[in-house]
Amino acid sequence: MRQLFRDSGHLIRPAVVLLAALGVFLVVRTALIPKAFGKYGHFSPAALDVIRQRPLVYAGQEACVLCHEGEGKERAAGKHAHVACEACHGPQAAHANADDPAAHKPALPDVANLCRRCHERDAAKPAGFPQVATVEHSGGMLCNACHQPHNPHL
Amino acid sequence: MDISRRELFVTGGKLLILASVGATFAEITGAAPPGEPYRMADHWWGMLIDIDKCIGCGSCVRACANENHVPAGFFRTWVERYQVEEGRQPHVDSPNGAMDGFPPTARTDLKSFFVPKLCNQCADSPCVQVCPVGATFVSPDGVVLVDESYCLGCRYCIQACPYGCRYLHPAKNTVDKCTLCYHRITQGLTTACCENCPTGARQLVDFKNPRDPVHEFLRKNKVQVLKPYMATEAKVYYKDLDGSVR
Repeated sequence: MRQLFRDSGHLIRPAVVLLAALGVFLVVRTALIPKAFGKYGHFSPAALDVIRQRPLVYAGQEACVLCHEGEGKERAAGKHAHVACEACHGPQAAHANADDPAAHKPALPDVANLCRRCHERDAAKPAGFPQVATVEHSGGMLCNACHQPHNPHL
Repeated sequence: MDISRRELFVTGGKLLILASVGATFAEITGAAPPGEPYRMADHWWGMLIDIDKCIGCGSCVRACANENHVPAGFFRTWVERYQVEEGRQPHVDSPNGAMDGFPPTARTDLKSFFVPKLCNQCADSPCVQVCPVGATFVSPDGVVLVDESYCLGCRYCIQACPYGCRYLHPAKNTVDKCTLCYHRITQGLTTACCENCPTGARQLVDFKNPRDPVHEFLRKNKVQVLKPYMATEAKVYYKDLDGSVR
């Protein structure tokens, strides 16, 4: 037996070194790679939860009309039926989710620029879309002097 | 309890089949945390864009910047205006990504239209293929995402994206891109851009939902993805896309 060890010592010694290296590699690998890495693919599934937990900024249509029912109905009867509240009034999750929504009162929309962004005449806009050259149309008067923005008939 | 060898094998076999079916089921359906109805395996997200409805108002760009705190001068989504003259290269402009809309076109005699752009949520994405550390990936519900805690900021993916949809976040020094508002769509809301599009030119769609209008839309309309020759399996479909769009 002793003879065998002496004769194959040159094999056993590197084998021990290799095994030790493998052990170190496995320990380091386990320590560095997150537990569930590779569950769905070559990434850490924990990232999905981190991204999902980002806070909302836009509350969404349904949240607005829960309280502002009247405005919702008025809008549904007109051409702006499919324009979301927050498209004009800005992001309102802070207002909608607040304990006291009145404390986060939304600023009034900037009518001078807001309406024009959609309705200023431009050859690139679809032909059927209502558009005007504002200078000729109103001569600088604000749109809401004549039109009701929630239901913009005259 | 006495059982014969035959019974042992039969019962053991049944248990083995049950266990493997159970394991496969959990794997396919995606193990959602308790109390969460959202199951990744039930969704395959994408978007429809109807060029003929886009009015270039930039509502989507502003909504995206607000919702995702996109730094000024960078864009997760933007709108381009094409003006195409026969026999010439198209003239494309996008002032500040259309954040404030567009000034009227100088010429009215050209074929002109708006093209909203965003991450195409490719199923076979070049950006994912080049990431050396597994920081960017296609989620099981088909959204290309970035793990900020893994990203080295090496910018390979920015170069690899054929659509120019990625940028290096100047403060975080990691790559940032459209997440298809993953934090919204996983709780039943639509994306910020779709929510705020006044004409319905953008529509979030779920290809795995049999009741989603996307199936009828794709059956009835002529659609195209951007750069189909790149074979990226893009999931943002454009209706009536002009050949000049790059």
